[in-house]
Amino acid sequence: MEAATAARPLPPPGETRPQRSWRWLREHAINLYSVVAIAYMLIPIAVIIVFSFNDPVGKYNLVWSGFTTQYWGDPFAITELTDALKVSLELAALSTLVSTIIGTMMAIALVRHQFLGRRFANVLIVIPMATPEIVIGASLLSMFLLAGLQTGFMTLLIAHVMFCISFVVVVVRSRLIGFDRSLEEAARDLGCTALQTFRFITFPLIAPGIIGAGMLAFALSIDDFVISNFNSGTTVTFPLYVFGANQRGIPVQVNVIASMLFAVTVFAMAFTVIQQRRAEKMAAVRPIDE
Amino acid sequence: MTQSNRRRLLPYLLLAPGIIWLVIFFVLPMIYMGRLSLETGTLGNFQFNWQFSNFTDSLSAYQTQFLRSLYYAGVATILCFLIGYPLAYAIAFKSGRWRNALLFAVIAPFFTTYLIRTLAWKTILDDQSPMVNLLSTLGLAPDGRVLATSGAVIAGLTYNFLPFMILPIYANLERLDMRLVEAAKDLYSNSWTAFRKVTLPLSAPGIVAGTLLTFIPAIGDYVNAVFLGGTQQSMIGNVIQAQYLKVLDYPTAAALSFTLMAFILIAVLVYIKFAGSEALMEEEAR
Repeated sequence: MEAATAARPLPPPGETRPQRSWRWLREHAINLYSVVAIAYMLIPIAVIIVFSFNDPVGKYNLVWSGFTTQYWGDPFAITELTDALKVSLELAALSTLVSTIIGTMMAIALVRHQFLGRRFANVLIVIPMATPEIVIGASLLSMFLLAGLQTGFMTLLIAHVMFCISFVVVVVRSRLIGFDRSLEEAARDLGCTALQTFRFITFPLIAPGIIGAGMLAFALSIDDFVISNFNSGTTVTFPLYVFGANQRGIPVQVNVIASMLFAVTVFAMAFTVIQQRRAEKMAAVRPIDE
Repeated sequence: MTQSNRRRLLPYLLLAPGIIWLVIFFVLPMIYMGRLSLETGTLGNFQFNWQFSNFTDSLSAYQTQFLRSLYYAGVATILCFLIGYPLAYAIAFKSGRWRNALLFAVIAPFFTTYLIRTLAWKTILDDQSPMVNLLSTLGLAPDGRVLATSGAVIAGLTYNFLPFMILPIYANLERLDMRLVEAAKDLYSNSWTAFRKVTLPLSAPGIVAGTLLTFIPAIGDYVNAVFLGGTQQSMIGNVIQAQYLKVLDYPTAAALSFTLMAFILIAVLVYIKFAGSEALMEEEAR
């Protein structure tokens, strides 16, 4: 009884039922609000998944008209859609690879070295993130036009690597900042060469950061619409297909593939979180100031 | 090469590929776009001749769309703040063991394609959807329509950019020193006053960051206007996209893009000046 009294004050004597309900409501208002707000964030996702089981009448998958698993049975039936998805995956894989390597190198230089021009490099990395996508897309297209370069897969790759680099740098840098350098010094003291130290100490410790950065780059690339819209030429990525199909009617397979991508991302997320926790345990050899 | 020379060169070697990429594919395109915005002529035969009237002409031709974009993005940003702040607050202070689950729910929309999320709103706001039926029964949708109204586009923008508002505010609140709030309460301020005088001002850096992250992409957006709006809702992004990809009037398109960027830059500078230069500095110093 003592503990309960300490945790929350007893209701004042003589409180009527409506008064009590009102007090309960006031105390829990923020929690109730959170439930509503979270529902608001999740409803569109639920709609996407639910409508992947819809059996629409006509070309537009906008009105619920009956349950079917038909489209889950044949998600790759529409050739243009499947091709667009393949282009997107290929593009995302390549731009992730290139931007992660380039971005990690930049992050290492920025955290580990003092040099002239560091401020300039930082500014150059931050500004693209603060520039609206439409301006990035438009300016790249302007250059390709004036340079007489045909837009297509190549220009898409250039653009995607460009906007992924900054995000990779930010993620890897934050991992490097929380890094205990005495582990590297210990390795050097024990006779490791610089390269061995990097290979056996530095890299494994920042690897979760690099993987996280790579996943972010992949997600940014596969989701990008605006910049791709300007620089794709005749190449069609998954978002570009969806945009084009908006006028002609969107096949249910779009919802099926979107639901699949959602599931894959959730699993990948869970996997990285687990990996990250494991890496933190590994790094916990050092004293943590908490 | 001596050891110290190599050490001095190493950061430049590490940076070189990235810097070169960003200069060639971010800085240089801006210069090209500047050049294009000052050209005249017809497709295939553009001439560079310092045509500054491209800017004034395009601005007066499309000022409606400019103002509309400002209005939509402004309202969406305010709505994001009003919806997002209490949620960020609840996650930071009231969620207990549900915290990670709630954070997951906040970023979950990012796990689906932006266009498809917007398309889901098209489904939800469709003329025959239960939601719109309910709204028109309540007299909130006068012609039984929500799609192709300003409200629909603003709702779409609000939904799509909400996580950008919530996450910085949450990150800020999470680091907040609760002892300050306790001190305020010890000094006899009630919960609301403590919030207003302590928590809210201290979370200003998060609010400033969230506002910018919401406003900047929202003002240049054209996806929501295409999917959820009609011809009366087209934003400046729609104009720029159409001029570049359909009309092929590149100088006008380039001039409009530059104007948009200048516009955002001015808006951001004014905002930071009035709303929190100190707040931002503080964030920078962390």
